[in-house]
Amino acid sequence: MHRPVSVLAEAKEPNPEFTRKVVEAGGKTVNLCFQCGTCTGSCPSGRQTAFRVRKLVRRAQLGFEEDVLPSDDLWLCTTCFTCYERCPRGVEIVDVIMALRNMAVRKGYMAEPHRKVAELISKTGHMVSLRDEDKALRARLGLQGVPPTVFSDPKALEQVKRIGAACGFDKLTAGGK
Amino acid sequence: MAKFGFFLGCIMPLRYPGIESSTRAVFDALGVELVDMQGASCCPAPGVTRSFDQTYWLSVAARNLVIAEKMGVDIVTICNGCFDTLFEAAHKLNHDAELRKKINKILKEAGVDEYQGTVNVRHFVELLYKDVGVEAIRAKARQGKGMKAAVHYGCHFLKPSNIKKIDDAERPHIFDDIVEAAGMTSLPFKDKGSCCGAGGGVRARTPDVALKMTKENLTNMQAAGAEVIVDCCPFCHLQYDAGQAQLKEFGIPVLHLSQILGLAFGLEKEKLGLECHLTKVNI
Repeated sequence: MHRPVSVLAEAKEPNPEFTRKVVEAGGKTVNLCFQCGTCTGSCPSGRQTAFRVRKLVRRAQLGFEEDVLPSDDLWLCTTCFTCYERCPRGVEIVDVIMALRNMAVRKGYMAEPHRKVAELISKTGHMVSLRDEDKALRARLGLQGVPPTVFSDPKALEQVKRIGAACGFDKLTAGGK
Repeated sequence: MAKFGFFLGCIMPLRYPGIESSTRAVFDALGVELVDMQGASCCPAPGVTRSFDQTYWLSVAARNLVIAEKMGVDIVTICNGCFDTLFEAAHKLNHDAELRKKINKILKEAGVDEYQGTVNVRHFVELLYKDVGVEAIRAKARQGKGMKAAVHYGCHFLKPSNIKKIDDAERPHIFDDIVEAAGMTSLPFKDKGSCCGAGGGVRARTPDVALKMTKENLTNMQAAGAEVIVDCCPFCHLQYDAGQAQLKEFGIPVLHLSQILGLAFGLEKEKLGLECHLTKVNI
Protein backbone atom coordinates (compact mmCIF):
# COMPACT_ATOMS: atom_id res chain seq x y z
CA MET A 1 0.00 0.00 0.00
CA HIS A 2 1.29 3.45 -0.83
CA ARG A 3 1.82 5.74 2.14
CA PRO A 4 2.36 9.49 1.75
CA VAL A 5 5.96 10.50 2.36
CA SER A 6 5.38 13.58 4.51
CA VAL A 7 3.27 13.32 7.65
CA LEU A 8 2.92 17.10 7.66
CA ALA A 9 0.81 16.92 4.50
CA GLU A 10 -1.68 14.52 6.05
CA ALA A 11 -4.96 15.82 7.40
CA LYS A 12 -4.83 13.81 10.58
CA GLU A 13 -5.63 14.82 14.12
CA PRO A 14 -2.80 14.55 16.65
CA ASN A 15 -3.33 11.97 19.38
CA PRO A 16 -1.81 13.34 22.61
CA GLU A 17 -2.88 10.20 24.46
CA PHE A 18 -0.41 8.08 22.50
CA THR A 19 2.37 10.65 23.00
CA ARG A 20 1.68 10.55 26.74
CA LYS A 21 2.13 6.76 26.67
CA VAL A 22 5.47 7.16 24.86
CA VAL A 23 6.62 9.56 27.60
CA GLU A 24 5.49 7.12 30.30
CA ALA A 25 7.27 4.20 28.61
CA GLY A 26 10.60 6.04 28.85
CA GLY A 27 10.57 8.52 25.94
CA LYS A 28 10.23 11.43 28.33
CA THR A 29 12.07 14.00 26.16
CA VAL A 30 10.13 13.33 22.93
CA ASN A 31 8.27 16.65 23.06
CA LEU A 32 11.47 18.73 23.13
CA CYS A 33 12.22 18.03 19.45
CA PHE A 34 12.01 21.07 17.13
CA GLN A 35 12.65 19.10 13.93
CA CYS A 36 16.11 20.41 12.99
CA GLY A 37 17.14 17.09 11.44
CA THR A 38 20.58 16.76 13.07
CA CYS A 39 19.56 13.19 13.94
CA THR A 40 18.75 12.21 10.38
CA GLY A 41 21.96 13.86 9.12
CA SER A 42 24.01 11.86 11.66
CA CYS A 43 22.34 8.47 11.22
CA PRO A 44 24.58 5.71 9.78
CA SER A 45 21.54 3.52 9.14
CA GLY A 46 19.67 6.30 7.33
CA ARG A 47 22.67 6.65 5.03
CA GLN A 48 21.94 3.14 3.72
CA THR A 49 18.15 3.05 3.97
CA ALA A 50 15.04 5.26 3.84
CA PHE A 51 14.92 5.39 7.66
CA ARG A 52 14.61 9.01 8.87
CA VAL A 53 14.92 9.57 12.61
CA ARG A 54 13.48 13.09 12.47
CA LYS A 55 10.26 11.82 10.89
CA LEU A 56 9.95 8.99 13.40
CA VAL A 57 10.24 11.45 16.29
CA ARG A 58 7.70 13.80 14.66
CA ARG A 59 5.20 10.98 14.25
CA ALA A 60 5.69 10.00 17.89
CA GLN A 61 5.17 13.65 18.94
CA LEU A 62 1.93 13.86 16.98
CA GLY A 63 0.76 10.53 18.35
CA PHE A 64 0.46 8.84 14.96
CA GLU A 65 0.46 5.37 16.50
CA GLU A 66 -0.47 3.51 13.32
CA ASP A 67 2.40 5.11 11.40
CA VAL A 68 4.93 4.26 14.08
CA LEU A 69 4.28 0.93 15.79
CA PRO A 70 3.86 -1.38 12.77
CA SER A 71 6.70 0.36 10.91
CA ASP A 72 9.80 -1.55 9.81
CA ASP A 73 11.76 1.72 10.11
CA LEU A 74 11.46 1.52 13.88
CA TRP A 75 13.82 -1.48 13.75
CA LEU A 76 16.51 0.06 11.52
CA CYS A 77 18.12 2.00 14.38
CA THR A 78 21.34 0.36 15.61
CA THR A 79 21.13 2.39 18.85
CA CYS A 80 24.52 3.92 18.04
CA PHE A 81 23.63 7.05 20.07
CA THR A 82 25.15 9.46 17.52
CA CYS A 83 21.87 11.42 17.22
CA TYR A 84 21.36 11.27 20.99
CA GLU A 85 24.83 12.81 21.50
CA ARG A 86 24.33 15.56 18.90
CA CYS A 87 20.70 16.58 19.51
CA PRO A 88 20.70 20.32 20.31
CA ARG A 89 17.46 19.94 22.26
CA GLY A 90 18.59 17.10 24.46
CA VAL A 91 16.07 14.62 23.10
CA GLU A 92 17.15 11.19 24.35
CA ILE A 93 16.29 9.69 21.00
CA VAL A 94 17.41 6.13 21.73
CA ASP A 95 15.20 6.13 24.83
CA VAL A 96 12.27 7.30 22.68
CA ILE A 97 12.96 4.49 20.17
CA MET A 98 13.23 1.92 22.98
CA ALA A 99 9.87 3.07 24.37
CA LEU A 100 8.26 2.79 20.92
CA ARG A 101 9.78 -0.65 20.33
CA ASN A 102 8.53 -1.93 23.69
CA MET A 103 5.04 -0.68 22.77
CA ALA A 104 5.25 -2.27 19.30
CA VAL A 105 6.26 -5.63 20.78
CA ARG A 106 3.35 -5.50 23.24
CA LYS A 107 1.08 -5.03 20.22
CA GLY A 108 2.52 -8.17 18.67
CA TYR A 109 4.94 -6.58 16.19
CA MET A 110 8.03 -8.74 16.59
CA ALA A 111 10.03 -10.06 13.66
CA GLU A 112 10.70 -13.80 13.61
CA PRO A 113 14.51 -13.51 13.97
CA HIS A 114 13.98 -11.31 17.04
CA ARG A 115 11.44 -13.69 18.51
CA LYS A 116 13.97 -16.50 18.14
CA VAL A 117 16.76 -14.61 19.94
CA ALA A 118 14.37 -13.57 22.71
CA GLU A 119 13.27 -17.18 23.08
CA LEU A 120 16.91 -18.31 23.33
CA ILE A 121 17.61 -15.81 26.13
CA SER A 122 14.37 -16.70 27.86
CA LYS A 123 14.99 -20.45 27.77
CA THR A 124 18.79 -20.75 28.08
CA GLY A 125 19.86 -17.49 29.73
CA HIS A 126 22.20 -16.77 26.81
CA MET A 127 21.58 -15.32 23.34
CA VAL A 128 24.11 -17.65 21.72
CA SER A 129 24.00 -21.46 21.81
CA LEU A 130 26.67 -23.74 23.26
CA ARG A 131 27.73 -26.33 20.65
CA ASP A 132 30.09 -29.27 21.05
CA GLU A 133 32.65 -27.52 18.85
CA ASP A 134 32.59 -24.51 21.20
CA LYS A 135 33.31 -26.73 24.20
CA ALA A 136 36.19 -28.38 22.32
CA LEU A 137 37.70 -25.06 21.26
CA ARG A 138 37.40 -23.68 24.79
CA ALA A 139 39.16 -26.74 26.19
CA ARG A 140 41.92 -26.42 23.58
CA LEU A 141 42.50 -22.82 24.71
CA GLY A 142 42.80 -23.94 28.33
CA LEU A 143 39.34 -22.71 29.32
CA GLN A 144 36.59 -24.57 31.16
CA GLY A 145 34.66 -26.40 28.37
CA VAL A 146 31.28 -25.22 29.67
CA PRO A 147 31.57 -21.57 30.78
CA PRO A 148 30.94 -20.90 34.51
CA THR A 149 27.61 -19.21 33.71
CA VAL A 150 23.97 -20.34 33.74
CA PHE A 151 25.19 -23.07 31.36
CA SER A 152 26.80 -24.86 34.29
CA ASP A 153 24.34 -23.82 37.00
CA PRO A 154 20.73 -25.10 36.71
CA LYS A 155 19.63 -23.16 39.80
CA ALA A 156 20.85 -19.89 38.26
CA LEU A 157 19.05 -20.69 35.00
CA GLU A 158 15.85 -21.35 36.95
CA GLN A 159 16.10 -17.83 38.44
CA VAL A 160 16.46 -16.27 34.97
CA LYS A 161 13.41 -18.21 33.77
CA ARG A 162 11.41 -17.06 36.77
CA ILE A 163 12.32 -13.43 36.01
CA GLY A 164 10.97 -14.03 32.50
CA ALA A 165 7.73 -15.37 33.93
CA ALA A 166 7.42 -12.51 36.44
CA CYS A 167 7.78 -9.94 33.62
CA GLY A 168 5.66 -11.84 31.09
CA PHE A 169 8.70 -11.97 28.81
CA ASP A 170 8.27 -15.70 28.15
CA LYS A 171 4.82 -14.94 26.66
CA LEU A 172 6.27 -12.32 24.28
CA THR A 173 8.30 -14.99 22.56
CA ALA A 174 5.28 -17.25 22.02
CA GLY A 175 4.37 -15.68 18.64
CA GLY A 176 4.44 -12.49 16.60
CA LYS A 177 3.10 -10.75 13.48
CA MET B 1 45.60 -4.05 42.42
CA ALA B 2 41.95 -4.72 43.13
CA LYS B 3 40.18 -7.77 41.82
CA PHE B 4 37.20 -7.67 39.50
CA GLY B 5 34.28 -9.93 38.64
CA PHE B 6 34.89 -11.00 35.04
CA PHE B 7 31.59 -10.82 33.17
CA LEU B 8 31.70 -13.20 30.21
CA GLY B 9 28.48 -12.50 28.30
CA CYS B 10 27.65 -14.65 25.25
CA ILE B 11 29.60 -13.98 22.05
CA MET B 12 33.05 -14.04 23.63
CA PRO B 13 32.88 -17.37 25.50
CA LEU B 14 30.79 -19.11 22.81
CA ARG B 15 32.03 -17.81 19.44
CA TYR B 16 35.41 -16.16 20.11
CA PRO B 17 36.80 -17.90 23.20
CA GLY B 18 40.27 -16.71 22.14
CA ILE B 19 39.21 -13.28 23.38
CA GLU B 20 38.48 -14.84 26.78
CA SER B 21 41.79 -16.70 27.03
CA SER B 22 43.66 -13.59 25.83
CA THR B 23 41.90 -11.36 28.36
CA ARG B 24 42.66 -13.74 31.22
CA ALA B 25 46.34 -13.97 30.21
CA VAL B 26 46.77 -10.22 29.64
CA PHE B 27 45.17 -9.21 32.93
CA ASP B 28 47.27 -11.82 34.72
CA ALA B 29 50.41 -10.36 33.13
CA LEU B 30 49.36 -6.88 34.27
CA GLY B 31 48.65 -8.04 37.83
CA VAL B 32 44.88 -7.55 37.77
CA GLU B 33 42.93 -10.43 39.31
CA LEU B 34 39.81 -11.58 37.47
CA VAL B 35 37.33 -13.80 39.32
CA ASP B 36 34.51 -15.70 37.64
CA MET B 37 30.91 -14.70 38.30
CA GLN B 38 29.34 -18.13 38.86
CA GLY B 39 25.85 -18.45 37.37
CA ALA B 40 25.89 -15.15 35.43
CA SER B 41 23.70 -15.02 32.30
CA CYS B 42 23.44 -12.92 29.15
CA CYS B 43 23.83 -9.26 30.25
CA PRO B 44 21.05 -9.26 28.62
CA ALA B 45 21.86 -7.85 25.17
CA PRO B 46 20.62 -4.27 24.86
CA GLY B 47 19.46 -4.39 21.22
CA VAL B 48 17.41 -7.54 21.37
CA THR B 49 16.24 -7.38 24.99
CA ARG B 50 15.89 -3.75 26.01
CA SER B 51 14.06 -3.17 22.70
CA PHE B 52 11.48 -5.80 23.66
CA ASP B 53 10.88 -5.25 27.37
CA GLN B 54 12.83 -2.78 29.47
CA THR B 55 11.61 -4.19 32.80
CA TYR B 56 12.81 -7.70 31.94
CA TRP B 57 16.08 -6.26 30.59
CA LEU B 58 16.71 -4.37 33.82
CA SER B 59 15.72 -7.30 36.04
CA VAL B 60 18.03 -9.83 34.38
CA ALA B 61 20.84 -7.25 34.46
CA ALA B 62 20.13 -6.65 38.16
CA ARG B 63 20.51 -10.38 38.84
CA ASN B 64 23.99 -10.23 37.30
CA LEU B 65 24.81 -7.19 39.46
CA VAL B 66 23.67 -9.13 42.56
CA ILE B 67 26.21 -11.87 41.81
CA ALA B 68 29.07 -9.33 41.86
CA GLU B 69 27.64 -7.52 44.88
CA LYS B 70 27.61 -10.73 46.90
CA MET B 71 31.22 -11.39 45.87
CA GLY B 72 32.16 -7.88 47.00
CA VAL B 73 33.66 -6.92 43.63
CA ASP B 74 33.08 -4.46 40.82
CA ILE B 75 32.49 -5.87 37.32
CA VAL B 76 34.78 -5.71 34.30
CA THR B 77 33.56 -6.53 30.80
CA ILE B 78 35.35 -6.71 27.45
CA CYS B 79 32.14 -6.16 25.45
CA ASN B 80 30.43 -2.87 24.57
CA GLY B 81 26.98 -4.48 24.66
CA CYS B 82 27.46 -6.04 28.09
CA PHE B 83 29.00 -2.77 29.25
CA ASP B 84 26.03 -0.77 28.01
CA THR B 85 23.47 -2.99 29.70
CA LEU B 86 25.28 -3.49 33.00
CA PHE B 87 26.57 0.09 33.30
CA GLU B 88 23.18 1.56 32.55
CA ALA B 89 21.40 -0.88 34.87
CA ALA B 90 23.81 -0.05 37.71
CA HIS B 91 23.52 3.66 36.95
CA LYS B 92 19.71 3.51 37.12
CA LEU B 93 19.47 1.17 40.11
CA ASN B 94 22.28 2.70 42.19
CA HIS B 95 20.73 6.18 41.96
CA ASP B 96 16.99 5.51 41.97
CA ALA B 97 15.67 3.88 45.16
CA GLU B 98 12.10 3.67 43.84
CA LEU B 99 13.16 1.81 40.71
CA ARG B 100 15.42 -0.47 42.76
CA LYS B 101 12.44 -1.34 44.96
CA LYS B 102 10.37 -2.24 41.88
CA ILE B 103 13.10 -4.43 40.38
CA ASN B 104 13.90 -6.05 43.74
CA LYS B 105 10.27 -7.13 43.95
CA ILE B 106 10.70 -9.03 40.67
CA LEU B 107 14.01 -10.50 41.84
CA LYS B 108 12.35 -11.70 45.05
CA GLU B 109 9.62 -13.40 43.02
CA ALA B 110 12.37 -15.21 41.10
CA GLY B 111 14.23 -16.27 44.24
CA VAL B 112 17.11 -13.82 43.72
CA ASP B 113 18.62 -11.82 46.59
CA GLU B 114 17.97 -8.10 46.80
CA TYR B 115 20.26 -5.68 44.95
CA GLN B 116 21.65 -3.07 47.36
CA GLY B 117 22.97 -0.69 44.69
CA THR B 118 26.73 -0.85 45.34
CA VAL B 119 28.30 -2.32 42.19
CA ASN B 120 30.34 -0.31 39.65
CA VAL B 121 30.69 -1.58 36.10
CA ARG B 122 33.93 -1.02 34.18
CA HIS B 123 34.86 -1.41 30.52
CA PHE B 124 38.27 -3.06 30.19
CA VAL B 125 39.67 -0.33 27.89
CA GLU B 126 38.80 2.31 30.48
CA LEU B 127 40.22 0.10 33.25
CA LEU B 128 43.46 -0.42 31.32
CA TYR B 129 43.79 3.30 30.61
CA LYS B 130 42.92 4.63 34.07
CA ASP B 131 43.93 1.92 36.54
CA VAL B 132 46.79 0.11 34.78
CA GLY B 133 48.08 3.03 32.71
CA VAL B 134 49.49 3.40 29.22
CA GLU B 135 53.10 3.37 30.49
CA ALA B 136 52.71 0.01 32.22
CA ILE B 137 51.39 -1.41 28.94
CA ARG B 138 54.19 0.18 26.91
CA ALA B 139 56.75 -1.31 29.32
CA LYS B 140 55.43 -4.83 28.69
CA ALA B 141 54.96 -4.56 24.91
CA ARG B 142 57.81 -6.25 23.10
CA GLN B 143 56.29 -7.20 19.75
CA GLY B 144 53.84 -5.90 17.16
CA LYS B 145 55.90 -2.88 16.14
CA GLY B 146 54.68 -0.60 13.43
CA MET B 147 51.48 -2.21 12.14
CA LYS B 148 48.87 0.24 10.89
CA ALA B 149 45.69 -0.22 12.89
CA ALA B 150 42.11 0.95 12.31
CA VAL B 151 40.84 1.34 15.86
CA HIS B 152 37.08 0.77 16.15
CA TYR B 153 35.58 2.11 19.40
CA GLY B 154 32.06 0.94 18.63
CA CYS B 155 29.07 2.76 20.09
CA HIS B 156 28.32 1.63 23.62
CA PHE B 157 31.77 1.95 25.16
CA LEU B 158 31.61 5.76 25.33
CA LYS B 159 27.97 6.55 24.57
CA PRO B 160 25.69 7.79 26.00
CA SER B 161 28.47 10.06 27.28
CA ASN B 162 26.24 12.03 29.65
CA ILE B 163 26.22 9.05 32.02
CA LYS B 164 29.40 7.18 31.00
CA LYS B 165 31.76 10.18 31.17
CA ILE B 166 34.78 8.17 29.96
CA ASP B 167 36.18 10.10 27.01
CA ASP B 168 35.01 12.57 24.36
CA ALA B 169 32.39 10.67 22.38
CA GLU B 170 33.17 12.44 19.08
CA ARG B 171 36.97 12.60 19.32
CA PRO B 172 38.12 9.97 21.79
CA HIS B 173 41.76 8.97 22.30
CA ILE B 174 42.15 6.49 25.15
CA PHE B 175 41.75 3.33 23.04
CA ASP B 176 44.16 4.69 20.39
CA ASP B 177 46.69 5.49 23.13
CA ILE B 178 46.66 1.86 24.34
CA VAL B 179 46.98 0.48 20.79
CA GLU B 180 49.96 2.79 20.19
CA ALA B 181 51.51 1.74 23.51
CA ALA B 182 51.30 -1.83 22.18
CA GLY B 183 53.60 -0.78 19.34
CA MET B 184 51.10 -0.04 16.58
CA THR B 185 50.17 3.10 14.68
CA SER B 186 46.54 4.13 15.03
CA LEU B 187 45.36 5.49 11.69
CA PRO B 188 42.99 8.38 11.14
CA PHE B 189 40.19 7.36 8.75
CA LYS B 190 36.89 8.70 7.47
CA ASP B 191 33.90 8.33 9.81
CA LYS B 192 36.07 6.59 12.40
CA GLY B 193 33.37 6.77 15.07
CA SER B 194 30.75 5.07 12.92
CA CYS B 195 28.70 2.08 14.07
CA CYS B 196 29.75 -1.39 12.80
CA GLY B 197 26.11 -1.94 11.78
CA ALA B 198 25.26 -4.86 14.04
CA GLY B 199 23.64 -3.17 17.04
CA GLY B 200 20.04 -2.55 18.05
CA GLY B 201 18.85 -5.89 16.69
CA VAL B 202 19.69 -4.78 13.12
CA ARG B 203 22.09 -7.68 12.47
CA ALA B 204 19.44 -10.20 13.55
CA ARG B 205 16.49 -8.63 11.72
CA THR B 206 17.99 -6.99 8.61
CA PRO B 207 21.51 -8.41 8.14
CA ASP B 208 21.78 -6.86 4.66
CA VAL B 209 21.40 -3.36 6.13
CA ALA B 210 23.98 -4.14 8.83
CA LEU B 211 26.41 -5.37 6.19
CA LYS B 212 26.04 -2.18 4.11
CA MET B 213 27.17 -0.15 7.13
CA THR B 214 30.04 -2.56 7.74
CA LYS B 215 31.12 -2.35 4.11
CA GLU B 216 31.24 1.44 4.19
CA ASN B 217 33.47 1.34 7.28
CA LEU B 218 35.71 -1.34 5.74
CA THR B 219 36.07 0.78 2.59
CA ASN B 220 37.18 3.75 4.70
CA MET B 221 39.60 1.62 6.73
CA GLN B 222 41.13 0.11 3.60
CA ALA B 223 41.48 3.53 1.94
CA ALA B 224 43.50 4.67 4.96
CA GLY B 225 45.84 1.67 4.60
CA ALA B 226 44.67 -0.41 7.56
CA GLU B 227 46.59 -3.67 8.10
CA VAL B 228 44.50 -4.71 11.08
CA ILE B 229 41.16 -3.73 12.66
CA VAL B 230 41.29 -3.47 16.44
CA ASP B 231 37.99 -3.64 18.32
CA CYS B 232 36.93 -3.65 21.96
CA CYS B 233 33.65 -5.56 21.57
CA PRO B 234 32.97 -9.16 20.47
CA PHE B 235 29.81 -8.10 18.63
CA CYS B 236 31.65 -5.51 16.48
CA HIS B 237 34.38 -8.17 16.17
CA LEU B 238 31.85 -10.70 14.84
CA GLN B 239 30.35 -8.14 12.46
CA TYR B 240 33.71 -7.21 10.91
CA ASP B 241 35.09 -10.77 10.93
CA ALA B 242 32.01 -12.58 9.57
CA GLY B 243 31.09 -9.57 7.42
CA GLN B 244 34.34 -9.74 5.46
CA ALA B 245 33.92 -13.49 4.99
CA GLN B 246 30.50 -12.77 3.50
CA LEU B 247 31.63 -9.84 1.35
CA LYS B 248 34.57 -11.88 0.03
CA GLU B 249 36.71 -8.77 -0.23
CA PHE B 250 38.96 -6.63 1.98
CA GLY B 251 40.60 -9.44 4.02
CA ILE B 252 41.73 -7.16 6.87
CA PRO B 253 42.41 -9.23 10.02
CA VAL B 254 40.11 -8.37 12.95
CA LEU B 255 41.58 -8.54 16.45
CA HIS B 256 40.11 -7.70 19.82
CA LEU B 257 42.35 -5.45 21.94
CA SER B 258 42.99 -8.36 24.34
CA GLN B 259 44.46 -10.35 21.43
CA ILE B 260 46.57 -7.36 20.30
CA LEU B 261 47.98 -7.04 23.83
CA GLY B 262 48.52 -10.80 24.01
CA LEU B 263 50.61 -10.62 20.82
CA ALA B 264 52.47 -7.52 22.04
CA PHE B 265 53.26 -9.12 25.40
CA GLY B 266 54.64 -12.19 23.62
CA LEU B 267 52.07 -14.61 25.04
CA GLU B 268 51.72 -18.03 23.43
CA LYS B 269 50.01 -17.50 20.07
CA GLU B 270 48.03 -20.75 20.44
CA LYS B 271 46.22 -19.27 23.46
CA LEU B 272 44.91 -16.28 21.51
CA GLY B 273 42.43 -18.32 19.46
CA LEU B 274 43.21 -16.51 16.21
CA GLU B 275 42.59 -19.61 14.09
CA CYS B 276 38.84 -19.53 14.75
CA HIS B 277 38.48 -16.13 13.06
CA LEU B 278 36.65 -16.28 9.72
CA THR B 279 38.87 -13.61 8.19
CA LYS B 280 42.35 -15.10 8.16
CA VAL B 281 44.78 -13.58 10.64
CA ASN B 282 48.18 -13.55 8.93
CA ILE B 283 50.17 -11.53 11.43
